[in-house]
Amino acid sequence: MAATELDPFEMPAGLAESVLDRARRAGCDHAELRVERIRSQAVALRDGEVETAADDTESGIGLRVLHDGSIGFAATVAHDAGAAVDLVDEALQVARVASRATGRRVELAAENPHGEVEWTSPHRTDPVLVPLSEKVSMLGDWSARVLDAAGIDHVSVSVLAVTEDKCYADLAGTVARQRRVRVHPRLEAVALGDGGDFETMRTLAPPVGRGWEYLEGDGWDWESELARLPGLLRDKLSSPSVTAGRYDLVIAPTNLWLTIHESIGHATELDRALGYEAAYAGTSFATPDRLGRLAYGSAALNVTGDRTAAHGLATVAIDDEGVEGQTFDLIRDGTLVGYQLDRAIAAATGMGRSNGCAFADSALHIPIQRMANVSLAPAEDEGPTTDELIRGVTRGIYVEGDKSWSIDMQRYNFQFTGQRFFAIENGRLAGQLRDVAYQATTTEFWGSLVAVGGASTYLLGGAFNCGKGQPGQVAPVSHGCPSALVSDVRILNAKEESGR
Amino acid sequence: MSLPAPHEVVERALAAAQGERCVVIVEESSQSEVRFANNTTTTNGRRRDRRVVVVRFCDVAGGIAAGVASRSGDVDVTQMLEAATADARSSPPSPDAAPLVEGGADAGFDDAPAVGDLQAFAPILDGLAGAFDGARSSDRVLAGFVEHHTDTVYLGSTTGLRRRHSQPTGAVHMVARSTDGTRSAWVADATGDFSTVDVGAMDARLSARLEWAKRTVALPEGRYEVVLPPEAVADLMVDLTNYAGGQDAEEGRTVFSAPGGGTRIGERLSELPFHLYGDPAEPGLECAPFLTVGASSSEASVFDNGMPIGATSWLEEGRLANLRYHRAAAERSGARFAPPVDNLVLELGGAKGTTEDLVARTDRGLLLTCLWYIREVDPSTLLLTGLTRDGVYLVEGGEITGAVNNFRFNESPVDLLSRTIEVGSSVRSLGREFGEWVNRSRMPPLRVADFNMSSISAAS
Repeated sequence: MAATELDPFEMPAGLAESVLDRARRAGCDHAELRVERIRSQAVALRDGEVETAADDTESGIGLRVLHDGSIGFAATVAHDAGAAVDLVDEALQVARVASRATGRRVELAAENPHGEVEWTSPHRTDPVLVPLSEKVSMLGDWSARVLDAAGIDHVSVSVLAVTEDKCYADLAGTVARQRRVRVHPRLEAVALGDGGDFETMRTLAPPVGRGWEYLEGDGWDWESELARLPGLLRDKLSSPSVTAGRYDLVIAPTNLWLTIHESIGHATELDRALGYEAAYAGTSFATPDRLGRLAYGSAALNVTGDRTAAHGLATVAIDDEGVEGQTFDLIRDGTLVGYQLDRAIAAATGMGRSNGCAFADSALHIPIQRMANVSLAPAEDEGPTTDELIRGVTRGIYVEGDKSWSIDMQRYNFQFTGQRFFAIENGRLAGQLRDVAYQATTTEFWGSLVAVGGASTYLLGGAFNCGKGQPGQVAPVSHGCPSALVSDVRILNAKEESGR
Repeated sequence: MSLPAPHEVVERALAAAQGERCVVIVEESSQSEVRFANNTTTTNGRRRDRRVVVVRFCDVAGGIAAGVASRSGDVDVTQMLEAATADARSSPPSPDAAPLVEGGADAGFDDAPAVGDLQAFAPILDGLAGAFDGARSSDRVLAGFVEHHTDTVYLGSTTGLRRRHSQPTGAVHMVARSTDGTRSAWVADATGDFSTVDVGAMDARLSARLEWAKRTVALPEGRYEVVLPPEAVADLMVDLTNYAGGQDAEEGRTVFSAPGGGTRIGERLSELPFHLYGDPAEPGLECAPFLTVGASSSEASVFDNGMPIGATSWLEEGRLANLRYHRAAAERSGARFAPPVDNLVLELGGAKGTTEDLVARTDRGLLLTCLWYIREVDPSTLLLTGLTRDGVYLVEGGEITGAVNNFRFNESPVDLLSRTIEVGSSVRSLGREFGEWVNRSRMPPLRVADFNMSSISAAS
């Protein structure tokens, strides 16, 4: 058989129908077929020289069935209709083997079929189709600009561009063809000091659901960021080491998105809260018995989940179980009011309809509950600017950019670092600080949320690589938030923590 | 599965290159897994994967450039060659350029890929069914994961080199929690041969640990003497080697950078003569004896595809012995070519004893189960942060006297080696955090002084 390119938007006629028909005749209560093609290009330069240039296309066909209360999944990278139909028997075999130790029948929450759906994430230029030479040229220019600046010793710059095409079809009659585009450019500079001392600083631009136009300035001011970075890094290298203690923090969205991701995003996944990730990603302190009662934070804490935000990395029209993308409340006025759901968890808990949080990172992986864009709402009306939040702090630290992150398996205790920490003295920035890490417990931290900034401070941050599940899957996800003021947070000195 | 034989894909792609320099890699994988939680199976799956990588090398002004195309499934090798060639021709010279690897053909290069059998899971699932019944009747909840994959890689080059390697990889993870969620324990077994897995014995170890936790002791943050079981040591040593890149160290940006420039190779990191190494021929931990690289980085180069991988020491006699370099960087730096190896062993000559033996010789300290969510905080010291998970136990007078709350730690695996008080025998171990990527490791238990528990975690 001749090799063929698998195109989810141009599938062989009758492929989905023949697979689903066979599943129906085999007695499956549910079957969903996903045909996916994920094209990506990774380019990295180190001190101006091309270090990595990889062009990849990952494609395949995955089938999940629900048969007699057990889940079975099978997938192949073969592209022909015969291999696709064979997946029915393989998935059924998996379901039967697994049923030897099935303690409870799996059911899926109802979802009305959506018929034929076609959706493309908003973008102008497919970033994967931009020629390699153009990518190398742009990254080379960025690299040279920073490397030429005084006091900069090394520069690493990279971009990862992804175009994800997916065709979803299920027994209920939903057929969704979707294209999602995303890019993640980043530049990190290194400055060396005396006696082996050094510091690094990375650009703050988040990964986004946009095309190549993002690198050309649509949605981010690269000119300004690249111009400022060398001076900020030089200042950082000569800055004093922080004195450990408790400080008020003004946290920019470029840092706060990750704190939201870890301490709210994962904690409000109901599969975790119910123990379905107990062996790996962990559980959650935000258990269902506390729904509607748990004081998650101060009244300024209002958090939604959504799969609809423009340029959001978790945004879809239809999720990987055939559920329409939605927006829903997770925390309202500081109280836990909702969870992220997939269809099995929604059915098991009687929570009604799934809110569309199923995702598989490729055709070869089974859909599991994954994070929506989980975002902190800005203050109503105009709200304070970041400068106004800083002006309200007597002794504190202003935090920009994410770096190190870690949280426990029930989402209580977390520790984060950042790219830049500025001392705040009597309402003004007073130079950078080094070796800063902030550490807190989730409800204590969000309970100390004094104020959130207005819409003018709001930014969509995010990551390409949120990990969960066994076998491990990665999911892209965004988190919008304004700047925020949090009082009395424990600050560590990283050098002292290492005993030096 | 209606795909052409992997060796035929290699030959077809090399033929299509018409004598121009090219390397082709086909990675064939057969994977099955069963996941369980709340005393029932949950997401279970089976897949066949094939990744094909074509690397084309072209002369460009000033040197040689490489272009890479990767695809899955039934690939069009002509289209891949065209894509790789276009990328190579439009690229500047590669800083990692080196002569392509010469060599002959492995016996069995034409053999079909190995395929795993789902029925191998049947006895484990029967064991789990019994364990679930036992758990339900004793107020315990079991969760975990059973995975098995068989990976076969084929590598061919226009130099005539033909290499093939096949290996099974498997793991069983089990977590037990009390139904009230206050106690938890974890055990894991890494093996490619499921006939050696005894689910009942694993379940019994979990039960014993939950029994230990019936008495609880609250302890504050601070520095403690700890017994790290091999699974915890595995994660710390994997992270130590993760940051052992030679070029990064030379550029002055890692813990292995020398203060005045260069690297710390040759410097003593521990008074104990630890040996940390990887070796494809390590008995019981055998792995690919040649290099496959799908995309160049600062430490691995597509030009090195097919290079033999030998035993490589990262620490020798307690001294930093090697950092990772591809051939071109090694030559520039006067260092040894040291590619990544898919296994990791830490041992101390003459060390004897199990984790339990180390506990028995501990006057007062903490026995950890495993570490979790480990991330770098400070690259200059390789300060890592993370959490204890699924069981921290108080040791008094050589005996376990109860369970302690979890902690967040801030520790450097480099500093930790110099604070090691006692070392046990090295055994096969699977790290909780990084075992998914480094399945083949052999580690000893360690007793370490002044382990920095930075704060308390309320997680249980």
